[in-house]
Formats: sequence, structure tokens, C-alpha cells
Amino acid sequence: MFDDEDMDEIKQIFVEESNEGLDVMESGLLELKPGSSDSETINNIFRAAHSIKGGGGTFGFTEIADFTHGIETLLDEVRDGSRSVTEDIIQLFLECVDCLRGMLNSINDGADYDNERITKLSARIQTFLDQKQDASNITNNASSNNEEKVIETITQVVTRYWDIYFKPYPGIIKGGNEPYRIFRELAKLGTLDVKSDITSIPDFGEINPENCYIAWNLSLISEVNEDEIYELFSWVSEECELEITEKAPEASLLTEESELTEEPEPEESHINNKTDSNKANSSALIEKSNNEQLSQEAVPATSEVKKKSKSTVDTGSVRVGIQKIDNLLDLVGELIITQSMLARFGKESNSDESLKDLRDGLELLGRNTRELQESAMQIRMLPIKVVFSRFPRLIRDLSSKLDKKIILNIQGETTEIDKLVMEKIGDPLVHLVRNSVDHGIEQVDVRRALGKPDAGTITLSAMQEAGNIVITIGDDGAGLNKQRILEKAIAKGIVQPNDNLTDENIHNLIFHPGFSTAETVSGLSGRGVGMDVVKRNISDLGGRVIIKSKEDVGSQIIVKLPLTLAIMEGQLVRVNDMIYVIPLLSILESVLIEVKDLSLIGYDLLVYHFRGEHIPIISLGEQDDFGERCKAKNLQRLKDKLLVICEIGGAKIGLLVDDLSDQQQVVIKNLETNFKKMPGLLGATILGSGKVALILDIGGLASVFMHGNSSKVTNQITT
Amino acid sequence: MYNVLVVDDSPSMRSMISLTLDQAGYKTQETNDGVEALAVAKSNRFDLIITDINMPEMDGIQLIKELRCVEQYKFTPILVLTTESGNNMKMKGKEAGATGWIVKPFDPGKLLSALARVLD
Repeated sequence: MFDDEDMDEIKQIFVEESNEGLDVMESGLLELKPGSSDSETINNIFRAAHSIKGGGGTFGFTEIADFTHGIETLLDEVRDGSRSVTEDIIQLFLECVDCLRGMLNSINDGADYDNERITKLSARIQTFLDQKQDASNITNNASSNNEEKVIETITQVVTRYWDIYFKPYPGIIKGGNEPYRIFRELAKLGTLDVKSDITSIPDFGEINPENCYIAWNLSLISEVNEDEIYELFSWVSEECELEITEKAPEASLLTEESELTEEPEPEESHINNKTDSNKANSSALIEKSNNEQLSQEAVPATSEVKKKSKSTVDTGSVRVGIQKIDNLLDLVGELIITQSMLARFGKESNSDESLKDLRDGLELLGRNTRELQESAMQIRMLPIKVVFSRFPRLIRDLSSKLDKKIILNIQGETTEIDKLVMEKIGDPLVHLVRNSVDHGIEQVDVRRALGKPDAGTITLSAMQEAGNIVITIGDDGAGLNKQRILEKAIAKGIVQPNDNLTDENIHNLIFHPGFSTAETVSGLSGRGVGMDVVKRNISDLGGRVIIKSKEDVGSQIIVKLPLTLAIMEGQLVRVNDMIYVIPLLSILESVLIEVKDLSLIGYDLLVYHFRGEHIPIISLGEQDDFGERCKAKNLQRLKDKLLVICEIGGAKIGLLVDDLSDQQQVVIKNLETNFKKMPGLLGATILGSGKVALILDIGGLASVFMHGNSSKVTNQITT
Repeated sequence: MYNVLVVDDSPSMRSMISLTLDQAGYKTQETNDGVEALAVAKSNRFDLIITDINMPEMDGIQLIKELRCVEQYKFTPILVLTTESGNNMKMKGKEAGATGWIVKPFDPGKLLSALARVLD
């Protein structure tokens, strides 16, 4: 019936919307409290399940439809109040949501379903349903219905003679049902004879033209049975008097003949289809050929199908609000107007007047393109809710596992963030929230002893701040234990006992690879691979992590991220003849070098004294022999050069540059596409002049620099 | 050419219906919920309306009631999408003024034959 491509696309939409539906179910279930009867919430959950079931059946995912059917039945009982909401049932539904999510992922990956899990959950649903039915002695309708469908009796085809008396109620037409259409359908089943009974038509003056006053006596000669005739009247069965009776056959000559023609029919179609009339047979054939087509394609080309569906997942798609598209189109319109304005100038460019026009036009063009860019970027933006929505469930599961009481407070979930950033920030955030639950919030007795409320609060907030997204994970728990962190770090040789460390330095130690203070590995967090990975992931996104913590008061982890990965604010700097771009986000400040503040440490490390800190200096222009030259005590030549002080993950480095030029938005072009990934470089961009400028990755640069130096330097940079 | 309005909050279901109908030579228009459907219906002329029942904003039942109050849709065939288990819904739909129903899940053939039953 359809092109494969069309169908694939629709299936893809189905998977996407079902995932959204599952999110709705999950958040609804988490809102639901045992014993509650919040009909709005229950309705939302039911509606989502209902859509998934309907779609599953229609698009050929029968396992999904069957599985959801049980959930829907159970939900329906909850909805109509015949079953109360219990903790058990919420838990069951939540597990079902997880299972369905797994099934949808399997569809996407072209993998097999986790049948064991599905069977187990279905059995649990059935147990729930049985309890109810045992109690009220209702026979199991659903299963007997199914059996009915499977055990299909193959009736012999005989020509039969039917008398039908049909007297519609006067209002029948108002429901959109025209009797003559029903007769038309009946006529398709065989030979139909229609006789009208007009005795009930009132006097002309009393006739309401919107009513039907006629009754009909119909006789039908056909092979169909009573059910099939009744089916055609099923839409009006409540709006008419209907009598269907079978007459004794007047002649049975046709019988054998039709039997012969029908006999060779493959049995399959009978089993697939409940009816076996002419009409139904033809649709059964269509169905069958469709099935064949599907299975033919599905079987030999499994690997191809897998690959195809995989690629669709990887590309990903964004659902965009109409408003955003409209804005974009508006702007394109504006751009076209501006363009035509400028084009006109090209033709009549001979007066001062037109030169002014040109300037105006260019200015307008500038504004148009800026707005267009902003608007196009908006398309990639999604509310951070998508990421945050998984946390209520996480907190619920974790807190019950750890026997802690936790209130989750979410703020600013409508803040929009680039889709790519969002995809990459999910896991680090999960890790941070887990840490808060596991290490931050104390057990109830500990909290009581400290005079804190029993339930700990975890606050998750997001906001936009000057081109950045700031995500904060805060808790009112124990805070970081400085003493223990320090002891551990010394024991692991990360710092020396006599090192003079600020609170900030100590806090940042938890980001050190291999650091973990958890005395026992709890299975949730504390495997020691966490925080350094978190920090690296966030740095990879061009973001930073800041820790604020006070013992027994709580911790705040602040994650600052760029709004988007495609475009960023950059500072253009000149080194020799090259222009580089430094992400503005990582620049703390720029200073003019004073020679007295420079000192050479050890063999080849040049540092700058700045506000009580020693900041290692990296020279972009002469990386290889920089140390060598400095050794020659030629520090004087650095006088009045510029040092751009950058911070990445708490570590500071100074970049030596010749000149600072503009700050501007740069479009990041990937280097890997055409060249290869270079440590220390984020990518490249094309400047207004047409020149290519490399964009520096401060974190990468620092680590390249570190590895070329002694381990002492390493420590200095990371602490 | 028949003009059909498709009302469903599920984009995949809508696309499926539209695709089937488009290929069978119908002209279709999709809307997401009852409120939107009512507005679109009032400013256009449709020969047939197919609506889901469970929808946010205005549900299918309410939509049918409202449509039957609009002069031009007094007698227009309106089919509701229901599931096998939704017997109750079929009746509610009928009471509201629906012409008939299409039981989900359906295949293109089933959908088209349901349409053929109510169009001239």
C-alpha cells in the first residue's frame, strides 16, 4: 500500500511520540500518590498508554500493542475508580514504562525484544487483573475473546435468503447515517430488493425535513451470514428497529457451484479474517499480500534494515515549534527585501544619494543576517526539561533504595539548550545528582541530630546567563568533607602534606582521576571513575564546573555550559601572523606583562605571579623551544606583551599573545571532517576577511602542555 | 474530490490516515485537537471528519457535539477512532452524534471501507 520510506518515516514518528508518551506516563506516575484519585493525572497516563497501544497495533508492532493492552486495562480500572492506586501498582506501571522504552529502543536498533522481561511483567499485570476479577466473579473477557479469534470456524458457503425489516428512528440522519448508503453497501453483498413502507409519513404540514419517516422491507440473496448483515447496521443499531430473518431457500442450485469456487481458498485468509464474504475476502487478500510483502522484505534484509534504522537514530531529529519556523521564514523574507534593495543599487550607482542607500542596505543586511542566525539557532534549542524529567524517577528509586527522604526541587526547566549539548550533558548530570543523593543527603537520624528537617532537599535549576547555561545541583546535605578529601589525596600522593591549599583547591581534588572518598563502593556512586569523567565531559562541551560546599550545610555544583556548540563567543588574538580564537567563556582576564612578576621555575617552566598565584605561561608562538629561550634569561623581551589568563576546571594558565583584537561570534567548523583531531584545538572558523583562524581548546592545550612537563607541574595545574 | 478532516493528537496516527487517504484520492487536512479542528472545520468545508476520542484540550466527544451545532456539519458523516475495548466510547460517540466508528488497530483497507460506507 505504501512506499517503504513513507512507512519507515511514520514508524519513526511513532517511536518518537511513544517515547514522549512514556515520559508523560512516567511523570504522571511519579506525581500519583497511593490512594489518590487525581483524575486529570490518571487520565493523562491512560491517554498516553492508549495512544501507544493504538499506534503499536496499527503500525504492526503487535508485541507493543499486546503488552500495552494489559496496562491499559489496568489503568482503565484505576480511571473508573474500581481499583485504587497503591504503591505496588505504581511500581508495576513504572516498570512497564521502562520495559516499553526498551522495546522502542529495540525497534530503533533493529534488535530483538527482551522477551523474558515482557513475559514476566505481563504475568504480573495479569495477576493484578485476575485478583480483581476473582473478587467480582467476572469471567475473563479478554482471553476468551482472543480464543474466539484464534479458533475460527470455517463455515461452508451457501446462498441464503434474508428478509430485513428496517425502521429507523426519525432522527437517524442527524448522526450522518443515510439509509440509502446502508442499502448501497447491502447491495454489494448480493441481490437486494428494496420496498419502502411510507405509511408513517405524517401530513405535509407536520413534516420535519430533517427527519426520516420511512421504513423499509428488504430482501437480500447472498452467501453472507446474519452477523455480516448486522455489521452494516451496527452504526445505527441504537437508532432503529431492525429484524433480520432467514427465509427457507427457494432454490439451492447455486450452492454447490459457489462451494466449489470458494473451497480452494487458502486457509490462512480465513484465520486472519473473521468474515468470509466476498467483500471481506478481497480485503483479506490485500491484507495477506501486504503481510507477504512485509515478511519478504524483513527476512533477507535484516542487516540492511538494522543499518537503516540505526542511521535514522544517529541523525536524530528535532521537533520544532511552528512559531520558530515562522520567525525564520519572516526573516528570510526580510533578507530578500534587503537583497533587492542592494541589487537596485547595483543598477543605478552613480550618485552620493545611492551611496547612502548602499550603506543603509548593508546595515540592514547585517541586522537581518544576525537575526537569521539567532533564529536558525533557536531551532536546535530544546527545553532542558527533556533532561530534567528523568530525575524525579531517579531520586525516587535511589532514595527508596538508600532509605533516605529526599525532596526534589526543579527550577527553570523551560530554559532552552542546544540539542547536542543536551544529549551530552545528561550523563554527567545523572552522576552529579547521584552523588548528591549518595554522599550529600544524610540518613534521617543524622539529619535529626543536626537539627535539619527529615527530608533532604535537592535543587536542580537551570538558567540562562550571558550566553551561557548555568545548571546548578544543590543539596542541603553533609557538604564535602575537606579533612577526608585531603587525607585521601595525600594518601594517594596527589598532593603533599605540607602543600598550602585553599578550600577551593581541596574541593577540586575530587575531580582528580582516580579519586574517590567513599569508604565502600555503594553501587550507585563512589567507584572513583566518576567526577573526573564528569569534568572532562563538561570541558569537552566547552563548559566549566564550580563547586561550592560547606560542611553540614550542603553543596552546590555549578555547571556552566555554552548555549550552543555550533556558534560561540570568541576572543580573537594575534600571535605572530596568525589569528587564533580563544573561547570567551574560558578567559578570566588579560594583563600586560610586568617583567618583575615573571619567574622561571626549575628547568623550563615560566610562571607569572598574579594575585598571589603562580600561573604557568604557554607561548603559542614558540612552543617547542620556549623553555630553552627563557633559560637564556631573556625575560626582558616579554615586556609589554599580553598575557591572556584562562581558567579551565579550576586550573589557570596564561597564554602569551602579541595582540588582542575583536570579540565576535564564530561559527565552529570541525577539523576532523577534513583533517584530523588535534589536541588543543577545538576547531577552526572563517573570519570576515576570509582567513581561517584556529579555535583554541584551553583544556586540551593545558593537558598537552602538562604532559610535556614534569609531574609537579601537572599537580599545580590540576589543583 | 472528497475533503476529509483528520483529528488526532498522535502525529503518527494522523500521518498514517492522511497517507492512506491521499493515496486513495481524498484530500485531507490534519489537526491536533478538538479546539483546532473546530476552528478549521468552521472556516472550511469538509465532506467527512475522522476524529480520535482521547485528546487534550477538547476531546472527540465534545468536538462532535460542537460540530453538530454548526449548520453545515449537521448531517456530515463523522467517524470516531476507537479501540476494541472501547465499547463504552462507541456509545458515547453515537450519543454525541457520531456516524460510526473505526476500530484501532486498522489497516488501510479497513479504513477505506469504513469511509466508503458513509460517502456518496
